[in-house]
Amino acid sequence: MEEYTDKVMEHFRNPRNVGEMKDPSGRGKIGNPVCGDIMELFIKVDEQGTITDAKFRTFGCGAAIASSSVMTEMIKGMAVEEAAKLKNEAVIKALGGLPPVKVHCSVLAEEALKKAIDDYYARVKKGDGF
Amino acid sequence: MGKIYLDSNATTPVRPEVVEKMLPFFSDKYGNASSVHSFGREARKHLEGARKQVAGLVNAASPDEIVFTSGGTEADNLAIKGTARALKDKGAHIITSSVEHNAVLNTCKYLEGQGYRVTYLGVDESGIIDLEELESSISADTILVSIMAANNETGTLMPVADIGKIAAEKGVVFHTDAVQIAGKMPFDVEKAGAQLVSLSAHKINGPKGIGALYMKKGTKLESCQHGGHHEKKRRAGTEDVPGIVGFGEACRIAAERGPEEYGHVKRLRDRLYQRIRTEIKQTRLNGHPEKRLPNTVNVSFKYIEGESIILNLDLEGIAVSTGSACTSGSLEPSHVLQSMKVEPMFLQGSVRFSLGVFNTEKDIDHVMEKLPPIVKRLREMSPVYEPEG
Repeated sequence: MEEYTDKVMEHFRNPRNVGEMKDPSGRGKIGNPVCGDIMELFIKVDEQGTITDAKFRTFGCGAAIASSSVMTEMIKGMAVEEAAKLKNEAVIKALGGLPPVKVHCSVLAEEALKKAIDDYYARVKKGDGF
Repeated sequence: MGKIYLDSNATTPVRPEVVEKMLPFFSDKYGNASSVHSFGREARKHLEGARKQVAGLVNAASPDEIVFTSGGTEADNLAIKGTARALKDKGAHIITSSVEHNAVLNTCKYLEGQGYRVTYLGVDESGIIDLEELESSISADTILVSIMAANNETGTLMPVADIGKIAAEKGVVFHTDAVQIAGKMPFDVEKAGAQLVSLSAHKINGPKGIGALYMKKGTKLESCQHGGHHEKKRRAGTEDVPGIVGFGEACRIAAERGPEEYGHVKRLRDRLYQRIRTEIKQTRLNGHPEKRLPNTVNVSFKYIEGESIILNLDLEGIAVSTGSACTSGSLEPSHVLQSMKVEPMFLQGSVRFSLGVFNTEKDIDHVMEKLPPIVKRLREMSPVYEPEG
Protein backbone atom coordinates (compact mmCIF):
# COMPACT_ATOMS: atom_id res chain seq x y z
CA MET A 1 0.00 0.00 0.00
CA GLU A 2 1.37 3.38 -0.96
CA GLU A 3 1.97 5.94 1.74
CA TYR A 4 -0.52 8.63 2.60
CA THR A 5 0.90 12.14 3.11
CA ASP A 6 0.92 13.71 6.56
CA LYS A 7 -1.88 16.03 5.46
CA VAL A 8 -4.06 13.11 4.44
CA MET A 9 -3.41 11.38 7.76
CA GLU A 10 -4.14 14.60 9.64
CA HIS A 11 -7.53 14.96 7.93
CA PHE A 12 -8.18 11.29 8.49
CA ARG A 13 -7.39 11.46 12.18
CA ASN A 14 -9.18 14.77 12.73
CA PRO A 15 -11.73 15.26 9.98
CA ARG A 16 -13.17 18.75 9.82
CA ASN A 17 -16.87 19.58 9.58
CA VAL A 18 -18.28 16.09 10.00
CA GLY A 19 -22.03 15.73 10.23
CA GLU A 20 -25.42 16.44 8.78
CA MET A 21 -26.52 20.03 8.27
CA LYS A 22 -29.99 21.07 9.31
CA ASP A 23 -31.57 23.19 6.55
CA PRO A 24 -28.69 23.16 4.07
CA SER A 25 -28.77 25.52 1.09
CA GLY A 26 -27.55 22.68 -1.05
CA ARG A 27 -26.91 18.96 -0.62
CA GLY A 28 -25.08 16.50 -2.85
CA LYS A 29 -24.68 12.75 -2.40
CA ILE A 30 -22.55 10.63 -4.71
CA GLY A 31 -21.18 7.13 -5.02
CA ASN A 32 -22.51 3.70 -4.08
CA PRO A 33 -21.61 0.79 -1.77
CA VAL A 34 -20.61 -1.43 -4.68
CA CYS A 35 -17.61 0.73 -5.48
CA GLY A 36 -16.93 1.38 -1.82
CA ASP A 37 -17.24 5.17 -1.68
CA ILE A 38 -20.21 7.32 -0.73
CA MET A 39 -19.85 11.04 -0.07
CA GLU A 40 -22.44 13.53 1.07
CA LEU A 41 -21.72 17.26 1.09
CA PHE A 42 -23.88 20.02 2.65
CA ILE A 43 -23.39 23.75 1.98
CA LYS A 44 -24.85 26.84 3.59
CA VAL A 45 -24.94 29.89 1.29
CA ASP A 46 -25.78 33.44 2.35
CA GLU A 47 -27.66 36.11 0.40
CA GLN A 48 -24.45 37.32 -1.20
CA GLY A 49 -23.87 33.88 -2.64
CA THR A 50 -20.98 33.05 -0.30
CA ILE A 51 -20.59 29.61 1.21
CA THR A 52 -20.66 30.25 4.94
CA ASP A 53 -20.66 26.68 6.16
CA ALA A 54 -19.98 23.19 4.84
CA LYS A 55 -20.36 19.71 6.30
CA PHE A 56 -19.72 16.20 5.04
CA ARG A 57 -20.43 12.55 5.69
CA THR A 58 -18.38 9.84 4.00
CA PHE A 59 -18.37 6.07 3.73
CA GLY A 60 -14.94 5.33 2.34
CA CYS A 61 -11.22 4.84 2.79
CA GLY A 62 -8.64 7.21 4.29
CA ALA A 63 -8.28 9.15 1.04
CA ALA A 64 -12.04 9.50 0.69
CA ILE A 65 -12.45 10.87 4.20
CA ALA A 66 -9.49 13.22 3.79
CA SER A 67 -10.72 14.44 0.39
CA SER A 68 -14.18 15.33 1.65
CA SER A 69 -12.80 16.87 4.85
CA VAL A 70 -10.35 19.14 3.02
CA MET A 71 -13.04 20.01 0.50
CA THR A 72 -15.28 21.44 3.22
CA GLU A 73 -12.34 23.50 4.50
CA MET A 74 -11.51 24.83 1.05
CA ILE A 75 -14.99 26.04 0.11
CA LYS A 76 -15.86 27.90 3.30
CA GLY A 77 -15.77 31.61 2.50
CA MET A 78 -15.81 31.04 -1.28
CA ALA A 79 -18.37 32.47 -3.62
CA VAL A 80 -20.52 29.70 -5.07
CA GLU A 81 -19.38 30.48 -8.65
CA GLU A 82 -15.76 30.19 -7.51
CA ALA A 83 -16.39 26.90 -5.71
CA ALA A 84 -18.17 25.58 -8.80
CA LYS A 85 -14.86 25.83 -10.68
CA LEU A 86 -12.94 23.67 -8.19
CA LYS A 87 -11.38 20.60 -9.75
CA ASN A 88 -10.10 17.43 -8.06
CA GLU A 89 -6.51 18.57 -8.64
CA ALA A 90 -7.11 21.34 -6.10
CA VAL A 91 -8.14 18.70 -3.54
CA ILE A 92 -5.03 16.65 -4.28
CA LYS A 93 -2.87 19.76 -3.96
CA ALA A 94 -4.47 20.69 -0.64
CA LEU A 95 -3.68 17.18 0.63
CA GLY A 96 -0.09 17.32 -0.56
CA GLY A 97 -0.73 14.49 -2.98
CA LEU A 98 -2.65 11.22 -3.24
CA PRO A 99 -1.46 7.76 -4.31
CA PRO A 100 -2.45 7.17 -7.98
CA VAL A 101 -5.01 4.49 -7.07
CA LYS A 102 -6.70 6.99 -4.73
CA VAL A 103 -7.04 9.88 -7.15
CA HIS A 104 -10.63 8.84 -7.81
CA CYS A 105 -11.48 9.83 -4.21
CA SER A 106 -10.65 13.45 -5.01
CA VAL A 107 -12.79 13.21 -8.15
CA LEU A 108 -15.66 12.02 -5.99
CA ALA A 109 -15.25 15.05 -3.73
CA GLU A 110 -15.35 17.35 -6.78
CA GLU A 111 -18.51 15.63 -7.99
CA ALA A 112 -20.19 15.77 -4.57
CA LEU A 113 -19.56 19.53 -4.49
CA LYS A 114 -20.97 19.95 -7.99
CA LYS A 115 -24.10 18.11 -6.96
CA ALA A 116 -24.48 20.24 -3.84
CA ILE A 117 -24.08 23.44 -5.89
CA ASP A 118 -26.50 22.23 -8.57
CA ASP A 119 -28.97 21.47 -5.78
CA TYR A 120 -28.48 24.98 -4.38
CA TYR A 121 -29.10 26.59 -7.80
CA ALA A 122 -32.21 24.43 -8.28
CA ARG A 123 -33.60 25.52 -4.95
CA VAL A 124 -32.83 29.20 -5.68
CA LYS A 125 -34.62 28.86 -9.00
CA LYS A 126 -37.61 27.26 -7.30
CA GLY A 127 -37.64 30.16 -4.89
CA ASP A 128 -36.87 28.15 -1.76
CA GLY A 129 -36.13 30.67 0.98
CA PHE A 130 -32.88 30.26 2.85
CA MET B 1 0.99 -0.71 25.09
CA GLY B 2 3.21 -1.90 22.25
CA LYS B 3 2.11 -3.01 18.81
CA ILE B 4 -0.39 -5.81 18.40
CA TYR B 5 -0.11 -8.06 15.37
CA LEU B 6 -3.29 -9.81 14.26
CA ASP B 7 -2.38 -10.46 10.64
CA SER B 8 -0.79 -13.91 10.91
CA ASN B 9 -2.43 -15.16 7.73
CA ALA B 10 -0.38 -12.54 5.89
CA THR B 11 2.85 -13.60 7.56
CA THR B 12 4.30 -14.47 10.96
CA PRO B 13 7.45 -13.61 12.91
CA VAL B 14 10.21 -16.20 12.71
CA ARG B 15 10.54 -18.05 16.02
CA PRO B 16 13.79 -17.31 17.85
CA GLU B 17 14.61 -21.05 17.89
CA VAL B 18 14.22 -21.12 14.13
CA VAL B 19 16.55 -18.14 13.65
CA GLU B 20 19.09 -19.87 15.92
CA LYS B 21 18.97 -23.01 13.81
CA MET B 22 19.43 -21.05 10.58
CA LEU B 23 22.38 -18.88 11.58
CA PRO B 24 25.27 -21.38 11.28
CA PHE B 25 24.32 -21.93 7.65
CA PHE B 26 25.08 -18.37 6.68
CA SER B 27 28.70 -18.09 7.73
CA ASP B 28 29.87 -21.47 9.03
CA LYS B 29 28.17 -24.30 7.23
CA TYR B 30 27.76 -22.36 4.01
CA GLY B 31 28.62 -25.09 1.56
CA ASN B 32 26.63 -25.79 -1.59
CA ALA B 33 24.65 -28.90 -0.73
CA SER B 34 25.55 -30.42 -4.10
CA SER B 35 29.30 -30.13 -3.59
CA VAL B 36 31.33 -33.31 -3.15
CA HIS B 37 33.63 -31.97 -0.42
CA SER B 38 32.98 -31.76 3.31
CA PHE B 39 31.39 -28.31 3.12
CA GLY B 40 28.81 -29.69 0.71
CA ARG B 41 28.26 -32.90 2.65
CA GLU B 42 27.63 -30.96 5.85
CA ALA B 43 25.05 -28.74 4.16
CA ARG B 44 23.47 -31.76 2.48
CA LYS B 45 23.11 -33.58 5.78
CA HIS B 46 21.14 -30.78 7.36
CA LEU B 47 19.10 -30.17 4.24
CA GLU B 48 17.93 -33.75 4.21
CA GLY B 49 17.26 -33.60 7.93
CA ALA B 50 14.98 -30.63 7.33
CA ARG B 51 13.26 -32.48 4.52
CA LYS B 52 12.37 -35.24 6.97
CA GLN B 53 10.92 -32.65 9.35
CA VAL B 54 8.69 -31.11 6.67
CA ALA B 55 7.58 -34.58 5.55
CA GLY B 56 6.82 -35.41 9.17
CA LEU B 57 4.47 -32.46 9.65
CA VAL B 58 2.16 -33.63 6.86
CA ASN B 59 2.69 -37.40 7.23
CA ALA B 60 4.25 -37.89 3.81
CA ALA B 61 5.23 -41.52 3.21
CA SER B 62 8.77 -40.51 2.33
CA PRO B 63 10.90 -37.36 2.61
CA ASP B 64 11.60 -37.78 -1.13
CA GLU B 65 8.08 -36.60 -1.71
CA ILE B 66 8.99 -33.09 -0.50
CA VAL B 67 10.27 -30.67 -3.19
CA PHE B 68 11.59 -27.39 -1.81
CA THR B 69 10.48 -24.20 -3.56
CA SER B 70 10.72 -20.46 -2.96
CA GLY B 71 7.35 -20.48 -1.24
CA GLY B 72 3.67 -21.33 -1.55
CA THR B 73 3.22 -19.38 -4.76
CA GLU B 74 5.94 -21.29 -6.56
CA ALA B 75 4.56 -24.57 -5.22
CA ASP B 76 1.11 -23.67 -6.62
CA ASN B 77 2.64 -22.75 -9.97
CA LEU B 78 4.66 -25.95 -10.11
CA ALA B 79 1.72 -28.13 -9.14
CA ILE B 80 -0.71 -26.65 -11.63
CA LYS B 81 1.49 -25.82 -14.61
CA GLY B 82 3.58 -28.93 -14.03
CA THR B 83 0.52 -31.19 -14.11
CA ALA B 84 -1.11 -29.36 -17.01
CA ARG B 85 1.99 -29.75 -19.14
CA ALA B 86 2.77 -33.32 -18.09
CA LEU B 87 -0.77 -34.51 -18.82
CA LYS B 88 -1.59 -32.42 -21.86
CA ASP B 89 -1.99 -35.53 -23.99
CA LYS B 90 -4.54 -36.84 -21.56
CA GLY B 91 -6.75 -33.73 -21.42
CA ALA B 92 -6.95 -29.99 -21.06
CA HIS B 93 -9.59 -29.34 -18.41
CA ILE B 94 -8.78 -28.08 -14.92
CA ILE B 95 -11.23 -27.56 -12.05
CA THR B 96 -10.59 -25.11 -9.25
CA SER B 97 -12.68 -22.88 -6.98
CA SER B 98 -13.52 -19.18 -7.18
CA VAL B 99 -12.06 -18.51 -3.72
CA GLU B 100 -8.51 -19.71 -4.31
CA HIS B 101 -5.48 -17.59 -3.61
CA ASN B 102 -4.30 -15.53 -6.59
CA ALA B 103 -1.32 -17.85 -6.95
CA VAL B 104 -3.77 -20.56 -8.04
CA LEU B 105 -6.31 -18.36 -9.83
CA ASN B 106 -3.83 -16.42 -11.93
CA THR B 107 -1.91 -19.59 -12.81
CA CYS B 108 -5.19 -21.05 -14.05
CA LYS B 109 -5.95 -17.86 -15.97
CA TYR B 110 -2.52 -18.08 -17.55
CA LEU B 111 -3.21 -21.67 -18.63
CA GLU B 112 -6.54 -20.59 -20.13
CA GLY B 113 -4.51 -18.34 -22.37
CA GLN B 114 -2.47 -21.36 -23.31
CA GLY B 115 -5.50 -23.30 -24.49
CA TYR B 116 -6.60 -25.07 -21.33
CA ARG B 117 -10.20 -24.95 -20.14
CA VAL B 118 -10.81 -24.04 -16.49
CA THR B 119 -13.92 -24.44 -14.37
CA TYR B 120 -14.11 -22.14 -11.35
CA LEU B 121 -16.53 -23.76 -8.90
CA GLY B 122 -18.72 -21.38 -6.95
CA VAL B 123 -19.12 -21.53 -3.18
CA ASP B 124 -21.99 -21.22 -0.74
CA GLU B 125 -22.32 -18.31 1.66
CA SER B 126 -19.82 -19.79 4.10
CA GLY B 127 -17.29 -20.30 1.31
CA ILE B 128 -17.51 -24.06 0.69
CA ILE B 129 -17.81 -25.74 -2.72
CA ASP B 130 -20.62 -28.10 -3.58
CA LEU B 131 -19.27 -31.65 -3.82
CA GLU B 132 -21.98 -32.71 -6.26
CA GLU B 133 -21.13 -29.82 -8.51
CA LEU B 134 -17.47 -30.86 -8.39
CA GLU B 135 -18.33 -34.43 -9.30
CA SER B 136 -20.54 -33.46 -12.21
CA SER B 137 -17.91 -31.02 -13.51
CA ILE B 138 -15.37 -33.79 -13.99
CA SER B 139 -15.20 -35.09 -17.55
CA ALA B 140 -12.92 -37.37 -19.54
CA ASP B 141 -10.95 -34.25 -20.42
CA THR B 142 -10.26 -33.31 -16.77
CA ILE B 143 -6.65 -33.66 -15.68
CA LEU B 144 -6.51 -31.72 -12.41
CA VAL B 145 -8.61 -30.58 -9.49
CA SER B 146 -7.00 -27.82 -7.44
CA ILE B 147 -8.89 -26.74 -4.31
CA MET B 148 -7.42 -25.11 -1.23
CA ALA B 149 -7.57 -26.75 2.16
CA ALA B 150 -8.24 -23.53 4.09
CA ASN B 151 -9.08 -20.05 2.88
CA ASN B 152 -6.64 -17.27 3.74
CA GLU B 153 -9.30 -14.55 4.06
CA THR B 154 -12.04 -16.30 6.00
CA GLY B 155 -10.28 -19.37 7.38
CA THR B 156 -13.07 -21.59 6.02
CA LEU B 157 -12.04 -25.23 5.59
CA MET B 158 -12.84 -27.10 2.40
CA PRO B 159 -13.91 -30.79 2.65
CA VAL B 160 -10.52 -31.96 1.43
CA ALA B 161 -10.91 -35.69 2.17
CA ASP B 162 -14.22 -35.79 0.28
CA ILE B 163 -12.70 -33.93 -2.66
CA GLY B 164 -9.79 -36.39 -2.64
CA LYS B 165 -12.18 -39.31 -2.77
CA ILE B 166 -14.10 -37.91 -5.71
CA ALA B 167 -10.92 -37.11 -7.61
CA ALA B 168 -9.55 -40.60 -6.94
CA GLU B 169 -12.77 -42.27 -8.11
CA LYS B 170 -12.56 -40.35 -11.35
CA GLY B 171 -8.84 -40.85 -11.77
CA VAL B 172 -8.04 -37.15 -11.65
CA VAL B 173 -4.99 -35.63 -9.94
CA PHE B 174 -5.86 -33.63 -6.82
CA HIS B 175 -3.78 -30.65 -5.73
CA THR B 176 -4.53 -28.69 -2.60
CA ASP B 177 -3.02 -25.41 -1.46
CA ALA B 178 -2.45 -26.17 2.23
CA VAL B 179 -0.38 -23.07 2.89
CA GLN B 180 -2.77 -21.71 5.53
CA ILE B 181 -3.54 -24.98 7.31
CA ALA B 182 -0.38 -27.11 7.61
CA GLY B 183 1.15 -26.30 10.96
CA LYS B 184 -1.97 -24.62 12.35
CA MET B 185 -4.18 -27.71 12.35
CA PRO B 186 -3.38 -31.39 11.83
CA PHE B 187 -3.03 -31.97 8.11
CA ASP B 188 -2.31 -35.41 6.67
CA VAL B 189 -1.62 -35.80 2.96
CA GLU B 190 -2.76 -39.43 3.04
CA LYS B 191 -6.07 -38.59 4.69
CA ALA B 192 -6.51 -35.68 2.29
CA GLY B 193 -6.08 -38.01 -0.65
CA ALA B 194 -4.03 -35.36 -2.43
CA GLN B 195 -1.19 -36.10 -4.83
CA LEU B 196 0.11 -32.54 -4.68
CA VAL B 197 0.14 -30.21 -1.66
CA SER B 198 1.52 -26.67 -1.40
CA LEU B 199 3.26 -25.63 1.83
CA SER B 200 4.82 -22.39 3.06
CA ALA B 201 7.27 -21.59 5.85
CA HIS B 202 6.45 -17.99 6.65
CA LYS B 203 2.87 -18.76 7.69
CA ILE B 204 4.09 -20.95 10.55
CA ASN B 205 6.83 -18.85 12.12
CA GLY B 206 9.45 -19.88 9.57
CA PRO B 207 11.37 -17.62 7.17
CA LYS B 208 9.96 -16.01 4.05
CA GLY B 209 11.19 -17.22 0.68
CA ILE B 210 10.87 -20.95 1.30
CA GLY B 211 8.10 -23.47 0.84
CA ALA B 212 7.54 -26.92 -0.57
CA LEU B 213 5.42 -28.97 -2.89
CA TYR B 214 4.50 -32.41 -1.61
CA MET B 215 4.44 -34.74 -4.59
CA LYS B 216 3.10 -38.23 -3.99
CA LYS B 217 5.39 -40.87 -5.44
CA GLY B 218 4.35 -41.69 -8.99
CA THR B 219 2.77 -38.28 -9.69
CA LYS B 220 3.64 -36.97 -13.13
CA LEU B 221 4.88 -33.41 -13.15
CA GLU B 222 6.82 -31.28 -15.61
CA SER B 223 9.43 -29.08 -14.01
CA CYS B 224 8.90 -25.32 -14.20
CA GLN B 225 12.40 -24.27 -13.33
CA HIS B 226 15.15 -25.83 -15.41
CA GLY B 227 18.85 -25.99 -14.68
CA GLY B 228 20.80 -28.34 -12.44
CA HIS B 229 19.53 -31.66 -11.18
CA HIS B 230 18.41 -30.37 -7.81
CA GLU B 231 15.42 -31.86 -5.98
CA LYS B 232 15.71 -34.96 -8.17
CA LYS B 233 15.35 -32.82 -11.31
CA ARG B 234 12.00 -31.51 -10.16
CA ARG B 235 13.17 -28.00 -9.28
CA ALA B 236 16.55 -26.63 -10.30
CA GLY B 237 18.52 -24.12 -8.28
CA THR B 238 21.09 -24.13 -5.54
CA GLU B 239 19.21 -24.95 -2.39
CA ASP B 240 18.52 -22.20 0.15
CA VAL B 241 19.97 -24.25 2.99
CA PRO B 242 19.43 -21.68 5.76
CA GLY B 243 15.81 -21.25 4.63
CA ILE B 244 15.25 -24.97 4.35
CA VAL B 245 16.75 -25.63 7.76
CA GLY B 246 14.50 -22.88 9.17
CA PHE B 247 11.46 -24.36 7.45
CA GLY B 248 12.28 -27.80 8.85
CA GLU B 249 12.66 -26.48 12.36
CA ALA B 250 9.39 -24.52 12.08
CA CYS B 251 7.64 -27.72 10.99
CA ARG B 252 9.20 -29.73 13.80
CA ILE B 253 8.03 -27.18 16.37
CA ALA B 254 4.58 -26.96 14.80
CA ALA B 255 4.20 -30.75 14.95
CA GLU B 256 5.33 -30.83 18.55
CA ARG B 257 3.63 -27.76 20.01
CA GLY B 258 0.90 -27.09 17.47
CA PRO B 259 -2.04 -28.71 19.24
CA GLU B 260 -1.34 -26.90 22.50
CA GLU B 261 -0.42 -23.57 20.94
CA TYR B 262 -3.35 -23.46 18.56
CA GLY B 263 -5.71 -24.60 21.31
CA HIS B 264 -4.69 -21.41 23.06
CA VAL B 265 -4.94 -19.35 19.85
CA LYS B 266 -8.44 -20.68 19.24
CA ARG B 267 -9.56 -19.66 22.72
CA LEU B 268 -8.24 -16.14 22.13
CA ARG B 269 -9.88 -15.97 18.71
CA ASP B 270 -13.21 -17.16 20.08
CA ARG B 271 -12.99 -14.64 22.89
CA LEU B 272 -12.29 -11.83 20.43
CA TYR B 273 -15.23 -12.79 18.24
CA GLN B 274 -17.57 -13.24 21.20
CA ARG B 275 -16.74 -9.76 22.43
CA ILE B 276 -17.16 -8.23 18.98
CA ARG B 277 -20.54 -9.88 18.60
CA THR B 278 -21.82 -8.74 21.96
CA GLU B 279 -20.26 -5.29 22.15
CA ILE B 280 -20.73 -4.04 18.59
CA LYS B 281 -24.06 -4.11 16.77
CA GLN B 282 -24.71 -4.88 13.10
CA THR B 283 -21.75 -7.12 12.41
CA ARG B 284 -21.54 -10.25 10.30
CA LEU B 285 -19.23 -13.25 10.39
CA ASN B 286 -17.71 -14.02 7.00
CA GLY B 287 -16.92 -17.71 6.84
CA HIS B 288 -18.18 -20.96 8.27
CA PRO B 289 -19.05 -20.71 11.97
CA GLU B 290 -17.29 -23.98 12.86
CA LYS B 291 -15.31 -25.32 9.92
CA ARG B 292 -12.64 -22.70 10.15
CA LEU B 293 -8.96 -22.31 10.97
CA PRO B 294 -8.48 -21.90 14.73
CA ASN B 295 -6.81 -18.48 14.37
CA THR B 296 -9.02 -16.63 11.90
CA VAL B 297 -12.13 -14.52 12.21
CA ASN B 298 -13.31 -12.30 9.37
CA VAL B 299 -16.00 -9.85 10.49
CA SER B 300 -17.93 -7.22 8.58
CA PHE B 301 -19.02 -3.98 10.22
CA LYS B 302 -22.07 -2.63 8.44
CA TYR B 303 -22.14 0.93 7.07
CA ILE B 304 -18.42 1.64 7.31
CA GLU B 305 -15.47 0.97 5.02
CA GLY B 306 -12.64 -1.50 5.66
CA GLU B 307 -9.57 0.61 4.99
CA SER B 308 -10.78 3.38 7.27
CA ILE B 309 -11.25 0.77 10.01
CA ILE B 310 -7.83 -0.80 9.64
CA LEU B 311 -6.09 2.56 9.28
CA ASN B 312 -7.67 3.68 12.55
CA LEU B 313 -6.59 0.43 14.20
CA ASP B 314 -3.11 0.92 12.77
CA LEU B 315 -2.96 4.34 14.42
CA GLU B 316 -3.56 2.46 17.68
CA GLY B 317 -0.75 0.04 16.90
CA ILE B 318 -3.07 -2.82 15.90
CA ALA B 319 -2.36 -4.67 12.64
CA VAL B 320 -5.17 -6.40 10.74
CA SER B 321 -6.30 -6.56 7.11
CA THR B 322 -9.45 -5.99 5.06
CA GLY B 323 -11.24 -7.20 1.94
CA SER B 324 -12.47 -3.78 0.87
CA ALA B 325 -11.95 -2.51 -2.66
CA CYS B 326 -9.91 0.49 -1.61
CA THR B 327 -7.01 -1.62 -0.35
CA SER B 328 -6.69 -4.10 -3.15
CA GLY B 329 -4.80 -1.84 -5.51
CA SER B 330 -7.10 -3.00 -8.27
CA LEU B 331 -10.21 -1.29 -6.86
CA GLU B 332 -11.93 -4.67 -6.84
CA PRO B 333 -13.10 -5.92 -3.45
CA SER B 334 -12.22 -9.37 -2.13
CA HIS B 335 -13.02 -12.02 -4.74
CA VAL B 336 -13.54 -14.47 -1.88
CA LEU B 337 -16.26 -12.41 -0.20
CA GLN B 338 -17.80 -11.64 -3.57
CA SER B 339 -18.01 -15.36 -4.35
CA MET B 340 -19.72 -15.85 -1.00
CA LYS B 341 -22.23 -13.22 -2.15
CA VAL B 342 -21.62 -10.97 0.84
CA GLU B 343 -23.70 -7.86 0.22
CA PRO B 344 -21.78 -4.65 -0.62
CA MET B 345 -22.62 -2.76 2.59
CA PHE B 346 -21.02 -5.61 4.57
CA LEU B 347 -18.36 -6.62 2.05
CA GLN B 348 -16.67 -3.23 1.99
CA GLY B 349 -16.55 -3.18 5.78
CA SER B 350 -14.83 -6.52 6.29
CA VAL B 351 -11.87 -6.93 8.62
CA ARG B 352 -9.74 -10.06 8.95
CA PHE B 353 -8.31 -10.81 12.38
CA SER B 354 -5.80 -13.67 12.10
CA LEU B 355 -4.09 -14.53 15.36
CA GLY B 356 -0.72 -16.14 15.96
CA VAL B 357 1.07 -18.14 18.61
CA PHE B 358 2.47 -15.00 20.23
CA ASN B 359 -0.84 -13.22 20.83
CA THR B 360 -2.08 -12.85 24.41
CA GLU B 361 -5.29 -12.09 26.27
CA LYS B 362 -4.03 -8.56 26.84
CA ASP B 363 -3.89 -8.13 23.05
CA ILE B 364 -7.56 -9.05 22.77
CA ASP B 365 -8.53 -6.76 25.63
CA HIS B 366 -6.66 -3.88 24.06
CA VAL B 367 -8.29 -4.44 20.67
CA MET B 368 -11.72 -4.41 22.29
CA GLU B 369 -10.86 -1.18 24.03
CA LYS B 370 -10.02 0.53 20.75
CA LEU B 371 -12.33 -1.08 18.20
CA PRO B 372 -15.82 -0.12 19.43
CA PRO B 373 -15.08 3.65 19.57
CA ILE B 374 -13.54 3.44 16.07
CA VAL B 375 -16.65 1.77 14.70
CA LYS B 376 -18.87 4.30 16.48
CA ARG B 377 -16.93 7.27 15.11
CA LEU B 378 -16.94 5.95 11.54
CA ARG B 379 -20.65 5.17 11.70
CA GLU B 380 -21.38 8.71 12.87
CA MET B 381 -19.46 9.89 9.82
CA SER B 382 -21.29 7.54 7.45
CA PRO B 383 -24.00 8.91 5.14
CA VAL B 384 -25.76 5.54 5.07
CA TYR B 385 -25.71 4.53 8.72
CA GLU B 386 -29.01 3.37 10.14
CA PRO B 387 -28.91 2.40 13.81
CA GLU B 388 -30.80 -0.73 14.76
CA GLY B 389 -34.40 0.02 15.66
